[in-house]
Amino acid sequence: MTDVTTSPESLFARLEPLLARVSKPIQYVGGEVNSVAKSWDSADVRWCLMYPDAYEVGQPNQGIAILYEILNERDWILAERTYSVWPDLAALLREHGLPQFTLDNHRPVGAFDVLGISFSTELGYTNMLAALDLAQIPLHAADRREDDPIVVAGGHAAFNPEPIADFIDAAILGDGEEASLQVSEMIRDWKAEGRPEGRDGLLLRLATSGVAYVPRFYDVTYLPDGRIQKVTPNRPGVPFSVAKHTLMDLDEWPYPKAPLVPLAETVHERYSVEIFRGCTRGCRFCQAGMITRPVRERSIETIGAMVDGGLRSTGLEEVGLLSLSSADHSEIGDVTKELADRYEGSNVSLSLPSTRVDAFNIDLANELSRNGRRSGLTFAPEGGSERMRKVINKMVTEDDLIQTVATAFGNGWRNVKLYFMCGLPTETDEDVLAIADMAARVIETGRQAAGSKDIRCTVSIGGVAEAAHPVPVGRAGVRRDHRPPAAAAAREDPRRPPLRQGHRHALPRRQARCHRGAAEPWGPPRRPGHRGRLPRRRHVRRLERALQLRPLGRLLRVRLGRHRRRPRLVHDPGARLHRGAAVGSPGLRARPRLAVGGLAGRARRVARRGLPLDAVLRLRRVPADGHRDPDRPDGAPPAAADAGEPLTPTTAHFANSLGIRANSSRV
Amino acid sequence: MQKLWVRYAKRGRARFTSHRDFSRAFERALRRAGVPMAYSSGFNPHPRISYANASPTGAATEAEYLEIGLAQPRDPDAVRDALDSALPQGLDVLQVVVATAGSLADGLDVSEWRMSIGGPDAGVTESAVRALLDRDALEVERMTKSGLRTFDARAAIIALWVVDEHTLGLVSRHGVPLVRPDDVLQALGRVEPRFELSQPALLTRLDQGRWNGDRIVGPFDEQA
Repeated sequence: MTDVTTSPESLFARLEPLLARVSKPIQYVGGEVNSVAKSWDSADVRWCLMYPDAYEVGQPNQGIAILYEILNERDWILAERTYSVWPDLAALLREHGLPQFTLDNHRPVGAFDVLGISFSTELGYTNMLAALDLAQIPLHAADRREDDPIVVAGGHAAFNPEPIADFIDAAILGDGEEASLQVSEMIRDWKAEGRPEGRDGLLLRLATSGVAYVPRFYDVTYLPDGRIQKVTPNRPGVPFSVAKHTLMDLDEWPYPKAPLVPLAETVHERYSVEIFRGCTRGCRFCQAGMITRPVRERSIETIGAMVDGGLRSTGLEEVGLLSLSSADHSEIGDVTKELADRYEGSNVSLSLPSTRVDAFNIDLANELSRNGRRSGLTFAPEGGSERMRKVINKMVTEDDLIQTVATAFGNGWRNVKLYFMCGLPTETDEDVLAIADMAARVIETGRQAAGSKDIRCTVSIGGVAEAAHPVPVGRAGVRRDHRPPAAAAAREDPRRPPLRQGHRHALPRRQARCHRGAAEPWGPPRRPGHRGRLPRRRHVRRLERALQLRPLGRLLRVRLGRHRRRPRLVHDPGARLHRGAAVGSPGLRARPRLAVGGLAGRARRVARRGLPLDAVLRLRRVPADGHRDPDRPDGAPPAAADAGEPLTPTTAHFANSLGIRANSSRV
Repeated sequence: MQKLWVRYAKRGRARFTSHRDFSRAFERALRRAGVPMAYSSGFNPHPRISYANASPTGAATEAEYLEIGLAQPRDPDAVRDALDSALPQGLDVLQVVVATAGSLADGLDVSEWRMSIGGPDAGVTESAVRALLDRDALEVERMTKSGLRTFDARAAIIALWVVDEHTLGLVSRHGVPLVRPDDVLQALGRVEPRFELSQPALLTRLDQGRWNGDRIVGPFDEQA
């Protein structure tokens, strides 16, 4: 943040000879269609937006695309992009003393006012550190000088930014459209006033106005067992609770209008329109569904206009109707029909990336495949057994699924993909084995409906990644000797990558702080992305090293492993103390038995677009003794159901979900 | 169906575009420019584009050729302007003509290259070039998908000369295996051990076409 108005020199001339020596150099050159090259001096506030993964993963990200357009539309703001650099180029950059650079004009990241990093998953945390290091920005926020950029985290995995609290200056919770402009205005004013009180002055403005959560203005104390006792502001005017930003009218913000069209190959090459934001289905494992409430829909007119403009400006051939559960849009039938009518006869194809079995119907599928391609259908029952699905509140009955699949096979589809999770709370081996039974039934039904043996059912099983907001994690119960039926192809190692993800969010900030030596041997993560094929112990060690972690040691007898194994609650104080998600509903109470019990209910969703307003975030005060239930009034006795003989969580949860008393002989 | 021949260039940072990157960008540019493409028939229709050959990643070029099939006839100059403005910066459409009989690839036997090098001084480069041209054959090695392969780099060289201290000129014949400018630089290092590059050479293809014994005749020149 220098006041020097001369533009930093483009690094491209020094970069060019290095690019000839690395893999996929095209990912570093920028200059994509629809990219913006603004002059440095014309802007008052300069953002560097980063998606902390390789270009091929980061470029299609919607969040960055939206902010890139919104910020660059203002003539006083400039926004450029940067992504994780693969190790081959990173080594060359270090060797030649070159810093992390932006793609648009190849400027050093350290020259910008703000480095905004969008975290879709916790896996990006270590890539952020690698980028900061490569950018020659001090890793710890406390060490940064006045001319270093303000490091701001955003996105879903920044909703609980405690694991990276020492490395970021601020976190934006919730939707970034308006918040990014508010941050820009504050920086502009602060710069115009001559930077009163330096870096802290700006951060204090961000914190007191409630725009951002600034970790350094909060003190955290701990209980002897390592749980967080309380989180308190340490400056006057800093709010106890920070609200998330919620954009209420998506029609006023029809972004991205003209997303970048990459030259390099990327993971998604389609024009995506977010048809609504939020979801009220309340599946227990789903962080996104919890933190993006309420549901806000885009109108059919806006969707139509965005698709038209987006295809024109990009030349793409596929349209993705994006949301957490796309078939739940109140006008989804009309949306797909009108789009299918409009593009009939052309080569434009439509896709609904996330559909629920119970919301899906064959008319919808027929609209989506009018051009004749019936490649495959994907459903995510998530749990193998009915009981498991009740526990996670994903109310899809097996008969629903079988019926849908039978109709699909009867209508010409030949391939169905089913997504499941294992490691869900209260899971037993029977629940996991039920996945195989379900796949077998799908195949059997499919063969009958199709009248042919030539059908396929692909089963993907992922491990639950513990997230800060939804349900607790239990132990996975996969029986190793089990083999899926022959026609079902199982994919993916069930647990490794998500476990890594779970670790990161679960670390309180103290662990990130407890060892910070100047001579700490710190190496950047070797591999951006989430191709987690490493042995578990190695990646845990690497994560510790990357986050400069040490297990808390003998003094507190808390180790990383123990921390991870502790059953975590929906309202674990360590997870969501001073940042409330907009889950004001009774669907998710703090009491663990309710959270995992047979609470499965219907989605609360008002017809059409007049959905319940985002609950005003409740201030959650935590008493000094650090109880686990922020919803319960201070000092109130535990609820009756909690009293009595202590049970092991599994028995209790299991019993509860069956609707029987825990001490019954049936357990 | 109207067939058009297109000559395009990769310049500046776009020289890092691979052949596949270019083909994706080109298909999108066709749609943005509203060129009425003819599509292949079948289950998965593709626009009718055929590339005369693939241009190497990392090398700039002034002379690449491809053929497109249009569903309705269009003025070639209008297509050139529309395409050129729809393509990203650095990918430029230079010339569009109506296709004549024969195939584009048949007219592309020879390329002219500029190789921009750093490291050896002018005297070393001169002697390396002379030594290589004096040979009748010179084996070089290249790692291919099927393993290390050894082949002659000398026979493909029609002309090799020093343009200035940091630039070499090369006219080489396309053959199997294709002798690339990199192979020629490797050959120079073999005949003159002092010829060592400090960093990879920057390559530019200036022209492509038929060798008439004196100069390169491009496929569009033959038409005129």
